Amino acid sequence: MTMLEIENLHATAGDAEILKGIDLTIRPGEIHAIMGPNGSGKSTLAGVLSGRAAFEVTKGSILYQGKNLQELDPEQRAREGIFLAFQYPVEIPGVTNNYFLKASLNAIRTHRGEEELDAMDFLSVVKEKMKIVEMPKDLMGRSINEGFSGGEKKRNEVLQMLLLEPKLMVLDETDSGLDIDALRVVATGVNHLRSPERSMLVITHYQRLLDYIVPDVVHVLSEGRIVRSGGRELALELEEKGYGWIEEAGA
Amino acid sequence: MSETIEKLADREYEYGFVTDIEEERIPKGLSEEIVRIISAKKDEPEWLLKWRLKAFERFQQMREDGHCPDWAKLSYPEIDFQDMYYYAAPKPKKQLESLDEVDPELLATYEKLGIPLQEQKRLAGVAVDAVFDSVSVATTYKGELEKQGILFGSFSEAVKNHPELVRKYLGSVVPYSDNFFAALNSAVFSDGSFAYIPKGVRCPMELSTYFRINAQETGQFERTLIIAEESSYVSYLEGCTAPMRDENQLHAAVVELVALDDAEIKYSTVQNWYPGDKDGKGGIYNFVTKRGACRGKRSKISWTQVETGSAITWKYPGCILQGDDSVGEFYSVALTNNRQQADTGTKMIHIGKNTKSTIISKGISAGHGQQSYRGLVRIGPKAHGARNYSQCDSLLLGDQCGAHTFPYLEVKNASSTLEHEATTSKIGEDQLFYCRQRGISEEDAISMIVNGFCKEVLRELPMEFAVEAQALLGVSLEGSVG
Repeated sequence: MTMLEIENLHATAGDAEILKGIDLTIRPGEIHAIMGPNGSGKSTLAGVLSGRAAFEVTKGSILYQGKNLQELDPEQRAREGIFLAFQYPVEIPGVTNNYFLKASLNAIRTHRGEEELDAMDFLSVVKEKMKIVEMPKDLMGRSINEGFSGGEKKRNEVLQMLLLEPKLMVLDETDSGLDIDALRVVATGVNHLRSPERSMLVITHYQRLLDYIVPDVVHVLSEGRIVRSGGRELALELEEKGYGWIEEAGA
Repeated sequence: MSETIEKLADREYEYGFVTDIEEERIPKGLSEEIVRIISAKKDEPEWLLKWRLKAFERFQQMREDGHCPDWAKLSYPEIDFQDMYYYAAPKPKKQLESLDEVDPELLATYEKLGIPLQEQKRLAGVAVDAVFDSVSVATTYKGELEKQGILFGSFSEAVKNHPELVRKYLGSVVPYSDNFFAALNSAVFSDGSFAYIPKGVRCPMELSTYFRINAQETGQFERTLIIAEESSYVSYLEGCTAPMRDENQLHAAVVELVALDDAEIKYSTVQNWYPGDKDGKGGIYNFVTKRGACRGKRSKISWTQVETGSAITWKYPGCILQGDDSVGEFYSVALTNNRQQADTGTKMIHIGKNTKSTIISKGISAGHGQQSYRGLVRIGPKAHGARNYSQCDSLLLGDQCGAHTFPYLEVKNASSTLEHEATTSKIGEDQLFYCRQRGISEEDAISMIVNGFCKEVLRELPMEFAVEAQALLGVSLEGSVG
């Protein structure tokens, strides 16, 4: 079964049509990168996949592991294994990271028919994962993302990903605002999850992330459509020639 | 989102049942005669009756002068003081010797409310005084407390057994002339709790009063008096619930606290009176005067309140910081959903030197709820080095509700320091979506965000009740984002 099958997807934000007919198939184990200039619809695609209310699907279909994704609430999608690493992780004052991650993991475990973890078990699980992303201990006791640096926020996203062990990971510009060291750490965390059963959709503006998270397929998104697909080398070509090249070629 | 809201808005008030019990009531309405009847029912000494009558006279005067307070940001029809009962009590079967003889119907009621009174089922570490309509029906752990010299029980008993203490302190913090509702309470109060902690004693358990309104068309007017002698400590908690009814019922209480040198009183409230239905029908009118006097040096009084119930809440628990180096604290979470209205806050009156006060107020408005924080910080001319820190945060859920802040500052000493911070925020779609993307349901997400918002206040509650308060906030709030 395919992990994700998108057919002729059209989506709007308010009155504007952003996605204008996307076709995309991702099989288990594959890593796909989506690149494209600002405003090409990259984040809209991430939003549509995760069920953000701001976007409306007007045409086309999305099948996730054979299920019609549009029938699922955001939390159901998450429980079924779709994980979105946010471009701008949200701050929630007064709710500790620790509490939040435990509530999240237990919601997902319950859905999978597994037992909830108590505080002690959770702690031992989370400690292991924290090592992978070199997460400072004190961040667990602080409010979710509040006062975190850009790098800490993104590491926190990857930490959650490691904990929840999703099947389809959507990384929305996870590299934005990261220095090279932070980028390396984040990529290490992501690569930890590479497996024949998991798939990833890596959305990025720059090819440098793909030096660390090496994709199987690269797609170029322009004005709401995938205008070109290719192997790893497409990203390098794109960097060299710029997005203008694709837009010209597409025209 | 709106489906979740509707589903949850239909959730019933959990404590809305009525206990079918035979009650004794006195005739409807308010008059000098009624005041005399109440006093006679309690077999009160002459001085107390006189005090009530003076209060009644004052109340009548205020009523004629049109002194029913209208400065609060609340709207409600005029209260008809003649159209209610001022005393209702379960008919006693006989003189009670022990809790085992309490009417089983009453025991069952409290059990249903989560407050078991029978010896074998009592809450560990919490002594409970159960006030049902106008009277105290039972007090647990009385004997154990008495061994340490701690007096805890109903106000009426205290009048009988310790008249000297009651006479000395009654009205000394909240005089009957203080305000309209305090005058009314002073005239017709029927019962309440009394606690006295002797010098140097640290009360070994939480003292708690559980107020229950049951009788129809009846007001509840209780009076609580807590005295902490030098170097003593007590933590006290009150809880309140009432049946669901279509008419409004009045609750006008007075609470007085006195802390002497080095004494500390921690007073917590979880107020869950019936809030009315979602269209604003019914619910309790909660007009309460609460004040603590830090009479002694280095004494401390701390108010923590979680106000989720009542159609109308009007209360400003305050501290008179008389002793040098005394400390007053006010931690409040108030929640107004549907058509609820709250005008609440505190008064910190700095009189002594180096007195310190902290105010943390968290207001949550949802549905058509309207809420105001109203707080006074007064620094007297002799309060050298006084400090106040105030923080008022409001959280809005939806766009039909309102939050307002009315801080009053009166500073007469230039060496004092005051800080005031205020914020208003809305629960963000982004925050909710972030939680849901991590598999957390919308309901759980709202309750998590709200509890996070209130954390600084909730952590001031005694452990046992923090959990209850958290759950209560969740239930009262969920389904109100729109």
